[in-house]
Amino acid sequence: MSEDNTEVSSKEAWGGGVSPVKTSYGKQMMWFFLVSDALTFGALLTALGFMKHRFADVWPLCENVFYHFPGTHAHLPLIYVALMTFILIVSSVTMVMAVEAGHRLDKKGVIKWLAATVVGGLFFLTSQAWEWDTFIKGNEAQSTAFLLPSDNENIAHLRFSDDHYMFNEDGLGNPVELAIQAINSGEASLELANKSYASKADAVKFLENNAEQIQGANLKRNEYGLPLYANFFFCITGFHGFHVFSGVLFNLIILVQVMIGTYDKRGHFEMIEKTGLYWHFIDLVWVFVFTFFYLI
Amino acid sequence: MERDDLTKDNEYALSAHHSEEAGAQIRKKVWIVTSLLTVLTVIEVAMGIFLSERGTITWQLVKWGFIIMTAVKAGMIVMEFMHLGHEKKALKWLVLAPYIGFILYLAFICLTEATYIFSVGGGN
Repeated sequence: MSEDNTEVSSKEAWGGGVSPVKTSYGKQMMWFFLVSDALTFGALLTALGFMKHRFADVWPLCENVFYHFPGTHAHLPLIYVALMTFILIVSSVTMVMAVEAGHRLDKKGVIKWLAATVVGGLFFLTSQAWEWDTFIKGNEAQSTAFLLPSDNENIAHLRFSDDHYMFNEDGLGNPVELAIQAINSGEASLELANKSYASKADAVKFLENNAEQIQGANLKRNEYGLPLYANFFFCITGFHGFHVFSGVLFNLIILVQVMIGTYDKRGHFEMIEKTGLYWHFIDLVWVFVFTFFYLI
Repeated sequence: MERDDLTKDNEYALSAHHSEEAGAQIRKKVWIVTSLLTVLTVIEVAMGIFLSERGTITWQLVKWGFIIMTAVKAGMIVMEFMHLGHEKKALKWLVLAPYIGFILYLAFICLTEATYIFSVGGGN
């Protein structure tokens, strides 16, 4: 009992006035916000994982959905998404450079790199808008996706043997009849939702039984397969895209503040570090979205 | 209470000031991390295009490859770009420990349950 009241210096015991984590209030709170935001994204991606495992046999493969690239009709699976990933990585790098310039109190450097980060963010947003547009509109020529009421309302795809992925552009007429023709002539076969191919007779039977051509995507149905697939696409990339949008906005506000000299007066550029954390977080989330939505 | 991010003599922010040489070193490291991130992304995309035949043993390996590469990329972004690896240990673990623990548990339990529902025919 008597030993307990020896004096302890404030360096050994935290008696207030110093931070146990040696960061400013603002930076610490940004970290706590990011942890909670990461939990939201973690929950969304876990829900996606749940549904992917639950519908393991019918979940669409992203290589068969995201193969478009602006300005060409070539079949380039995942290349556009990879480009978007690269844009985001580069804008993360320019942000590190802005933070580093801030530590040297190099105002010109901060303006240069922060402006580059804003441009990178806008590039990403535009790319995403294009991706959504392509996803919603579907194939430019006629879609080869058919809703089969006789096969549990599943979506089946016509696959052409000579490696093209849609009807010929002059393929006018009733799409279901065209599909039956293509199957009868051996030009194409019908890939069912569970990725197996139907026999010629089954394919014709399925198509004749009230099949309906589906083009593009909305929240109720889409040409790629399960409605949940498009729902998760819109929800996860949309939530991430909204983060990018607000990140660009924050970066713009901070850029103006740097230009009018707010942080020169304050004596340090820590604000760049705080918005920088948020911006890197957006890149971090995309790394996970890329793997768990697109790749796996 | 005075907000410590607004005071002119913010000791934590000021302690971060560094010289030209230190800056050059940091920039060099940033470029190394950037090239690693890019290389990993290129490998991932190549694997996604050429080794994506589902239901094979190769695919199982590729899948785990994706997960490991993603973890490595995330680690580089958090530790270097977000500077968490150079913060005080207390802050580092305050952020990492609860998150990693919770997410690993959530992912494990959800995937196990989903696989079970699929196996008993609740899938489709």
